[in-house]
Amino acid sequence: MFRKTFAKSATAAVLALGATGALAQTEVQWWHSMPGALGDWVNGLAGGFNGSQQQCKVTPTYKGAYDVSMTAAIAAFRAGNAPHILQVFEVGTATMMGSKGAIVPVGEVMDKAGYKFDPKVYVPAVTGYYTAPNGQMMSYPLNSSTTVFYYNKDAFRKAGLDPNKPPKTWPEVALAAAKLKASGEKCPFTTSWQSWTQLESFSTWHNTEFATKNNGFGGTSSRLAFDTPLHVRHIENLANMAKQGLFVYKGRGNAGDAPFYSGECIMSTASSSAYGNIKKNAKFEFGMSTLPYYPDVAGAPQNTVIGGASLWVMSGKKPNEYKCVADFFNYLSRPEIQAKSHQETGYLPITMAAYDLTRKSGFYDKNPGTDVPVQQMIVKTTDKSRGIRLGNFVQIRTINDEEMENIWSGKKTVQQALADMIKRGNEQLERFEKTSK
Amino acid sequence: MEKRAFFRSRWLPYALVAPQLAITIIFFFWPAGQALYQSVLIQDAFGANVEFVGLENFRVLFNDPGYLASFRVTAVFSVLVAGFALGIALFLAVFADRLLRGAATIKTLLIWPYAVAPAIAGVLWLFMFNPTLGVVAHWLNRAGVHWDFLLNGRQALSLLVMAAVWKQISYNFVFFLAGLQAIPKSLIEAAAIDGAGPWRRFWSIVFPLLSPTTFFLLVVNIVYAFFDTFAIVDAVTQGGPGQETSILVYKVYHDGFKALDFGGSAAQSVILMTIVIALTVLQFRFIERKVNY
Repeated sequence: MFRKTFAKSATAAVLALGATGALAQTEVQWWHSMPGALGDWVNGLAGGFNGSQQQCKVTPTYKGAYDVSMTAAIAAFRAGNAPHILQVFEVGTATMMGSKGAIVPVGEVMDKAGYKFDPKVYVPAVTGYYTAPNGQMMSYPLNSSTTVFYYNKDAFRKAGLDPNKPPKTWPEVALAAAKLKASGEKCPFTTSWQSWTQLESFSTWHNTEFATKNNGFGGTSSRLAFDTPLHVRHIENLANMAKQGLFVYKGRGNAGDAPFYSGECIMSTASSSAYGNIKKNAKFEFGMSTLPYYPDVAGAPQNTVIGGASLWVMSGKKPNEYKCVADFFNYLSRPEIQAKSHQETGYLPITMAAYDLTRKSGFYDKNPGTDVPVQQMIVKTTDKSRGIRLGNFVQIRTINDEEMENIWSGKKTVQQALADMIKRGNEQLERFEKTSK
Repeated sequence: MEKRAFFRSRWLPYALVAPQLAITIIFFFWPAGQALYQSVLIQDAFGANVEFVGLENFRVLFNDPGYLASFRVTAVFSVLVAGFALGIALFLAVFADRLLRGAATIKTLLIWPYAVAPAIAGVLWLFMFNPTLGVVAHWLNRAGVHWDFLLNGRQALSLLVMAAVWKQISYNFVFFLAGLQAIPKSLIEAAAIDGAGPWRRFWSIVFPLLSPTTFFLLVVNIVYAFFDTFAIVDAVTQGGPGQETSILVYKVYHDGFKALDFGGSAAQSVILMTIVIALTVLQFRFIERKVNY
């Protein structure tokens, strides 16, 4: 209500000033979850677009963290005043896809506006994640990240390790951790987002199913499958490292990031989007490398799985408003805009052109390691590695957090905990299957 | 001795209670009715696909061992929070009541924490007890206690109880202090003349005369521990390690507002509502008998 009145009076004020084109301007509401510097980036994108043409005006509004803004948008949708564009985190993807009446596929919006959408220009692991089985793009991948490995080069030197040779495999991580511990480090290795890094990305990285039916891409009858000998072996390896004090658990979500950049923990698996924060806060030289893997597994390393968020177009808006949304997405896809976003935020480029542009500009040479997440993602994906799309994913991640804590604290064996994760997670999947029929 | 007002008009009394009734209906009965209605449905997040499932949501909950375990956690948590919050507040109020100098300052300082939002209270305690950064955690480790509430369920629960109690003491303190000041000094002086010591005076005179306040606060504190503490849990432990601090109201919040499972969350809030209603009835039925008004 307030916003509408405000927009009206703003238009009136502009008219009074005699500005051109204000009368015909179509307004598009964009709800996002990017705080601080990332919020400036979002405002910059909207501002750039608004300045580039006269017909449309995109208004970005910060609506709180991902889960908060999604809840707010759902309430707004139920009350009949949803925004045009909503930024939704990757775990909400299946929920959004299942809400048939609530969204319009981005592919359809682009088609109607007369834009040719060529899926080939996009980075496959990024767009594949947001594409329906029939090949239609469902949402626009604004900010994608993936799982990478960070390490503290200064501490490596102190422990007699080669700072330019990060451990590439899990056995090497364990060896490096032991050396670091011997040199007096209290937290050789930690992780953020344990379900994402140690189970989800771990699965695609080893070209192994996390869930059946191509990790949920083949339909909502998908069930969890991460109790293979490979998964057991990896989690057991981590549990042993925890027992020996080589792996120290620092909490759920991105709680592992701060102990890394404070210098307490020396190696960490985390989101590539943590790069900016680490660069800003770390008072030591750090390196970024690929996610570790097991060298004896055939097909590894494959590709890691994406995180971050995408933009969804909500239903029930006017045709000229959808035209503006399409114009805006087309603007965002320009290589120079993409490349700038990628370099500014550390999020993945979504088009190959943006990647090439960044490479040619010498950005990766000046900021070594920043191309690691891209390298992990630009390979051709397989059915097992395209991504993970599960309903009630928020609950499943919480369940995985809970059960993994039971492993680290020694309350449950690895087999038991993995079995419980699958049992409890599958109950969530069954429930989701019922609601999305 | 009862005081009663009589109204000649038929509608005036109803008109006078109407605003209160309206508030009660809009803010209590309507949401409660909504929760009841939603608890028998399952639906997708946007409400496009709604299906009546009867008691399915409840069946799922009672087949989940984690949910059943959270009853025990909630019981322990609530008893500890209500017990400590009442005990410590009463202790402080009794001593503040006897203060001669600086009473106003000390009372104000004791009331302050009530103005702090639960989530902020949680973060404050989290900072003090953070295994890496926390001052208190540092002392504990130096004293030989291995402090790691991220993986130690007892420590996690203790931390939550401390934060929740700290936040509630102020409220209880204000009521206890007012209650104490309403006790006629002559009674206590008479007892003192008869040779009763401070301990005896407290238990035989002050405590019984304070019982209406204590009873009221007991009800309020139980409700507080059951309903108002989810923000503290969210800020400090998010229910972990495992599900060891996942109290009932936190799960309602998590499943409803984070995971968007409205049916499951509504069913849980109906269960929670039933428990609190039952507890309140029990308290009025059995404990109130011992209260002297």
